[in-house]
Amino acid sequence: MSTYTLSRGISRGMKQTHKPGENPWSVSRMAALLVLAVLAVTWLVPFAWAVLTSLKSEADAGASQITLNPPDGLSFEAYRKVLSAGDIPSWAWNSLITSVAITFITVATSALAGYAFSRVNFKGKRLLYAAIIAAIIIPPQLLIVPLFRQMLAFNLVDTYWGIILPQAFAPAMVLILKRFFDQIPVELEDAARVDGAGRLRVFWSVVLPLSRPILAAVAIFVFIGAWNNFLWPFIVTTDAHLMTLPVGLQTVKSAYGLQYAQNMASAILAALPLVLVFLFFQRQIIKGIATTGFGGQ
Amino acid sequence: MSTAIDTPAATTEEVTAQGKAKAKRGETLTGWAFAAPFAVLFVLFLVIPALYGLYLSFTGETLTGAGSGLVGFSNYADALRDPDMWKSLGNTVWFTALSTIPLIVLSLALALLVNLGLPGRWLWRLSFFLPYLLASTVVVMFWSWMYNPKLGLINGVLEQFGAGPVAWLQDPKVAMFSVVITTLWWTIGFNFLLYLAALQNIPEQQFEAAALDGAGKWRQLFSIVIPQLAPTTALLVTLQILASLKVFDQIYMLTNGGPAGTTRSIVQYIYESGFTGYRFGYSSAISYLFFALIVLVSLAQYKLINRRSAA
Repeated sequence: MSTYTLSRGISRGMKQTHKPGENPWSVSRMAALLVLAVLAVTWLVPFAWAVLTSLKSEADAGASQITLNPPDGLSFEAYRKVLSAGDIPSWAWNSLITSVAITFITVATSALAGYAFSRVNFKGKRLLYAAIIAAIIIPPQLLIVPLFRQMLAFNLVDTYWGIILPQAFAPAMVLILKRFFDQIPVELEDAARVDGAGRLRVFWSVVLPLSRPILAAVAIFVFIGAWNNFLWPFIVTTDAHLMTLPVGLQTVKSAYGLQYAQNMASAILAALPLVLVFLFFQRQIIKGIATTGFGGQ
Repeated sequence: MSTAIDTPAATTEEVTAQGKAKAKRGETLTGWAFAAPFAVLFVLFLVIPALYGLYLSFTGETLTGAGSGLVGFSNYADALRDPDMWKSLGNTVWFTALSTIPLIVLSLALALLVNLGLPGRWLWRLSFFLPYLLASTVVVMFWSWMYNPKLGLINGVLEQFGAGPVAWLQDPKVAMFSVVITTLWWTIGFNFLLYLAALQNIPEQQFEAAALDGAGKWRQLFSIVIPQLAPTTALLVTLQILASLKVFDQIYMLTNGGPAGTTRSIVQYIYESGFTGYRFGYSSAISYLFFALIVLVSLAQYKLINRRSAA
């Protein structure tokens, strides 16, 4: 019984499928627990192995036996080397700047457009809406060649804006926000409009405050996507100083060659920011992905 | 309407009509003002490149500009005769088939297990979801190390059991499976989470009613849970197939399409014809052929899902 209340407490409000009268220590539940534990450990092994390798000396990391207890002991030497010699801090900075800009612009433009679709009857609305729905099906991967040539023409290759702009809008997010705004009672806005507030004012002071959770969800989803995006930043940057983390690391992978400890230390360092963000905001992120994950479906 | 506006002796009705027309213009202005920031980006970085790509696909455009000019459908004809294109397309479809089934079935199994309400729920959720937060580059660095033929953990463990070393990424018969395992590890968290959310939305009363009817747990699973999850499953299958067809990152970095082109995906072929072969026109033509395939797949799925929900 105590584990039941405990697990219930941890998962706060999430539904349990076994009834209070059920024996929480039944054989079938123990079997399920065992299966779950084996799977979870399997899922964590690549992480654990990478962390262990990153703490070894290069000699131990490159030794052919599997050792949990390396002769040279464990240290942060590989991290120190990677951070002092490599470009990782500046790549992380590039990733941060571009991802924040992408998130900000995407959320702002999607919210404004979503509001227009939800509340304003304007000429050309249906055409634009149809175009957005059609656009969701176009994979951005297919546009790399024309988009790259366009960026050359705009002189945006090897610039932050070149990385940011093609990623700074999301048709699916416009649809998600429109659907959310549709559910807000119009009366709330009417009251403010009678008082003489303009549309933008109503949007800012009535609609946006009511939409904070969904805006956070969209922001989280967009940020993760931008932080981890590989293909477009890979295509539009050639200058090592402007690379984002995923792109820069890809060059390190070949440059470090056989330095396995430093290789893994770089990977862990690159993974760390999002893992920490996740540990702190687990509930919001999970909720955000559950609500926005389906995209425009 | 404009004549009514110009007539000085307007009746009350006409005045209201004027007001309405004005309000309508005002609405149009407001609407576009709100939609403009999005619309500008949308047109500049999606509509224009899409149309420009279509145009390029009918030209012989290369890096040097040599041989440019319209060439009709010859890029398309070349692509359809290109064995490398067909091979990449075949690899992509094979990857999609291999990855979609476990990504759906295993994520459902994980969600069902976690939803049993066993202790340590947050730990299970964390373990299965965490990899989804990693950049493809990090995933590939982890797994290249796992798959390393001499020093990798997997072969090291196999050796303990006396099994021979496997060339995970170098053996043409094995490489695609290795890519699928990595993909499964990386992306299952997303499906898992959406299944978990859907499971929590199944009304409790249904289980109570079933329990009263004497239905056991397994019976409930197949007669309540799985049917209730059907819309989620349909959506996840759709998303998964479309996502798998676009695979590039992990294959490009794990195997670079090798060995001997056995894992090269169609997006990689588009990338290579465009950015290492500098055949922009040709690359665009393959993009559009592939896009046609994606449209077909989407339409087929749309039809299937609609027929099922209508039935």
